[in-house]
Amino acid sequence: MKKDRKGLVLFSGYKRGDGIKRALEIGRENILFELKSSKLKGRGGAGFPTATKWMLTAAAISEEKFLVCNADEGEPGTFKDRVLLMEYPELVFDGMVIGGYTIGAKEGIVYLRGEYEYMLKTLEDYLEQMRKDKLLGDKILGISDFNFDIKIRLGAGAYVCGEETALIESLEGCRGESRNRPPYPVNTGYNDRPTSVNNVETLASVPHIVIKGGDWYTKHGTDKSSGSKLLSISGDCKKPGVYELPWGTTVREVLKIVDAEDSKAVQIGGASGVCVPVSQFDRKLGYEDIATGGSIMIFNKNRDMLHILKNFMEFFVEESCGQCTPCRIGNVKLLEGVEMLEKGEFTFEYIEKLIELGKTMQISSKCGLGQSSPNSFITILENFKDEILNKRGIGVEI
Amino acid sequence: MKKDKTSRTPVSQRAFEVEKPTDTNTIGGTITIEINGEKTIVPLGTTILDACKQKNIHIPTLCHHEDLCVAGVCRVCSVEVEGFRTLQAACAFPITSPIKIKTSTPLVRKARRHIIDLMLSEHYGECYSCIRNQNCELQDLAQEYGVDGYTFGHVTKPTYEKDTSSYSVIRDMSKCVLCKRCVRTCIDLQEVGVLEAIDRGDKTHISTFMEKPLSDVVCINCGQCINRCPTAALHANDPSDEIWNAIDDPKKHVVIQTAPSPRAAIGECFGLAPGQSMTMELNTALKRIGFDGVFDTNFTADLTIFEEGTELIIRLKKALVDKDTSVKLPQFTSCSPGWVKYIEHFYPEYLDNLSTAKSPQQMFGAIFKTFYAQQKGIDPKDIVSVAVMPCSAKKFECNRPEMASSGYKDVDYGLTTRELAKMIKEAGINLPEMPKSHFDSPFGDASGAGLIFGATGGVMEAALRSVIEFVTGNKTEDIFANANIMPVRGFEGVKYVELPIAAVGPVPEILKHLVPSWDFLKGATLKVAVAHGTANAKKIMEDIKAGGKFSECHFIEFMACPGGCIGGGGQPIPTTPEIRKKRAEAIYAEDESLVMRKSHDNPHVIKIYEEFFKEGPCGHLSHKLLHTHYTKRGKFIA
Repeated sequence: MKKDRKGLVLFSGYKRGDGIKRALEIGRENILFELKSSKLKGRGGAGFPTATKWMLTAAAISEEKFLVCNADEGEPGTFKDRVLLMEYPELVFDGMVIGGYTIGAKEGIVYLRGEYEYMLKTLEDYLEQMRKDKLLGDKILGISDFNFDIKIRLGAGAYVCGEETALIESLEGCRGESRNRPPYPVNTGYNDRPTSVNNVETLASVPHIVIKGGDWYTKHGTDKSSGSKLLSISGDCKKPGVYELPWGTTVREVLKIVDAEDSKAVQIGGASGVCVPVSQFDRKLGYEDIATGGSIMIFNKNRDMLHILKNFMEFFVEESCGQCTPCRIGNVKLLEGVEMLEKGEFTFEYIEKLIELGKTMQISSKCGLGQSSPNSFITILENFKDEILNKRGIGVEI
Repeated sequence: MKKDKTSRTPVSQRAFEVEKPTDTNTIGGTITIEINGEKTIVPLGTTILDACKQKNIHIPTLCHHEDLCVAGVCRVCSVEVEGFRTLQAACAFPITSPIKIKTSTPLVRKARRHIIDLMLSEHYGECYSCIRNQNCELQDLAQEYGVDGYTFGHVTKPTYEKDTSSYSVIRDMSKCVLCKRCVRTCIDLQEVGVLEAIDRGDKTHISTFMEKPLSDVVCINCGQCINRCPTAALHANDPSDEIWNAIDDPKKHVVIQTAPSPRAAIGECFGLAPGQSMTMELNTALKRIGFDGVFDTNFTADLTIFEEGTELIIRLKKALVDKDTSVKLPQFTSCSPGWVKYIEHFYPEYLDNLSTAKSPQQMFGAIFKTFYAQQKGIDPKDIVSVAVMPCSAKKFECNRPEMASSGYKDVDYGLTTRELAKMIKEAGINLPEMPKSHFDSPFGDASGAGLIFGATGGVMEAALRSVIEFVTGNKTEDIFANANIMPVRGFEGVKYVELPIAAVGPVPEILKHLVPSWDFLKGATLKVAVAHGTANAKKIMEDIKAGGKFSECHFIEFMACPGGCIGGGGQPIPTTPEIRKKRAEAIYAEDESLVMRKSHDNPHVIKIYEEFFKEGPCGHLSHKLLHTHYTKRGKFIA
């Protein structure tokens, strides 16, 4: 099943259980120390420092704590977690065991995207094997005080459940809606217990960092974005797929690797990400420039940018949880704006107003969904206004 | 951080409470924060909204309601907090660190305006044709933020069909702005859980189980959702047009009874501060409108005390003297129709505990079409009986098939306080300016005991004022100063009181045929309880189910609405704990101002037993007209 993949960190060699062994040897404080010096940040997209999250969860006082693996990979254009789970489960699950050990959780939960139901049996079998090999369950590796087990829960297809508080809400059996914060899950998460929610890729990076050290990890990537990133690359290119590249790689370099020709635009970070035109192809992937959860969609010169934008906005109109005003209605208004542009029935003043509305949505929506949904609207209109207007026989600046 | 474990609201719809320090003088008990550059000290865990309130800084809100848990969904209360990339919802942000807040920056003002514009774009209808015109929080917001047009358009066609299936509550979801106050009211405040958001994204809407009409789900008609709806998405089923028709029809004799709670609250609809009773002014206004008879529901409240009290005595005697094990105790009150429907749905196995006595509204209805019709020589079919109630569930109650023992519909129309205020205005009357007048004969003015039915604990207090005197032969004043039975008063969710009966007196004449002697009560302890709001009722019911202390009670008063009838679903909007307190104070003050304060002192009640219900309380005729039985409904409706 495993394809021949090569990469700096995740796709380098790893033997199941090694990370757990090493973690138990060096102890909690050293794990946190290595993580801190690795500067590992959350790979889901938000980029919260993993060491801080685990420290906060470890420091929270509670009889019970949880580690949740966010495998609700729902961002349009991303499929890297699928690769990790199916081809590198040892990394993900070892990472969870190490996490559970570090924060003091006895239970880990994988929140698996509903569409990934087909993986369930394979993953369950894998976990069963881990139990048999004493890598899960009571007294892991014979250490008397460390018990940890993992269960898998399936999502039901809502995009918003990738947001950590909505995910927890869904885990508790409620409607997938984001919670008010503060408090944060590290204090009050699943079942009101301190909970660390980590992306699949974040967890998969942990065993390598524990074994090879934080300093080794920072040798890859840039100063502010250490290590590597899995990119799910799709669209107009000859070699789409999942690639592990160091942070700091430019858009142009990515396009070269996947053999993309005549590229006009690259949507980075999925529907909620930003759209980069040719003039910005030298920008770097990284938290200091263009942060991304890994979705890269390439569009060549034959693509209609307005059509692409419409597709994204339709997605958000449907996937907003419907809870807060800016996201629920705001996205509808942005989509209506796109339709007006499509028909050529608009005023510049109104489109300007919609861009302002988008900026309000970015700061006033309740959760990351509404805060990021106007990104593509704003960046596509900004970067491709000539195309969008010229094609419709209008040559005026917005 | 902790959450209320009993709450059923999804976590996403409530903020966590920070455990507040018991002593704010200790280190860490308070935090110094900065609001708009000014330093202020607040207790740990205070929300930004409350902190601003303390500094007299107004922050607009919509989904926030004092009675409800926090949702943080409308986002109109957004403020800037230094260090945060995004704006924060002031209502949902507990202060736990020395933050710096800005409440009126260009970003904040623009965001609020955008949010209001967005809500208006999906809010169907125009203000001048709206039942909540001039009493609408969305309208207020639009005005506050100088909205002078529809920036992002405006729906011109209704988005949802109106649900008019319920006798009590009409749902017009085209006007809904999804603040979810109704959801939180239903599931958290009342623990009924009829309403919830369904679907996602722009299709999100508030609906019922399987999107059934409201009449086909477990709605108890309490109308608390109406009182908390900021717009007219929820409103009561208004019968005022039919009532006008009846008034205008010379062949019809239209009588109206007024309950105490509307009288304590209707002034609010005429610009008065909460807590001013308008009883006598209302009498005049109703006569001027054209009602042919204006009567006091307290008369039948006094009658209820006789009927329900006698029923309790019969139950106690059967249980204690006759050792009849089939007798159900504790006896539950049945005057709150919201509570009655609640027990029918949620605890049908306890229906036999419910007093068979009808509510005062229904008793009066039955009397109008029998005794009153006889006295006046009017054909009962020509009598139209209207009841002014603080309640939306009364509309359902008067339409129950059980409620026609007179051969006619006992009460034709249940009218809420709000609807009556509208009728009075329509008639060109300014209520506070009306001269005072008394109720019409033959029922006249009633006792203060009937009056206090309006506040939680009132039925119990009224009953105890009579029971104490009936059983012990002493005056209530000898035990409770001024006959104010304070232990059953107040807004505590569940109240429990024990009254030891040390000595007994002679049995009064009216009850002699039922109990020859009180000896069986000598040395006993009367245990009573009071609950208001169905969430509190649920606590008692669960305790009874588990065989707890409430199962040992003899008599329990249940009211469906928080605060009792004064907080009913037909009362003026808005409602807050403070407003309900003021209304209750008005009722208790009016009670104290009366000479006659006990139901058994009401001469009109004594007279009706002499002239009409000749077999006395719980006699044959009173059973026919004043008592009823309810329906086991259960939670699952086909």
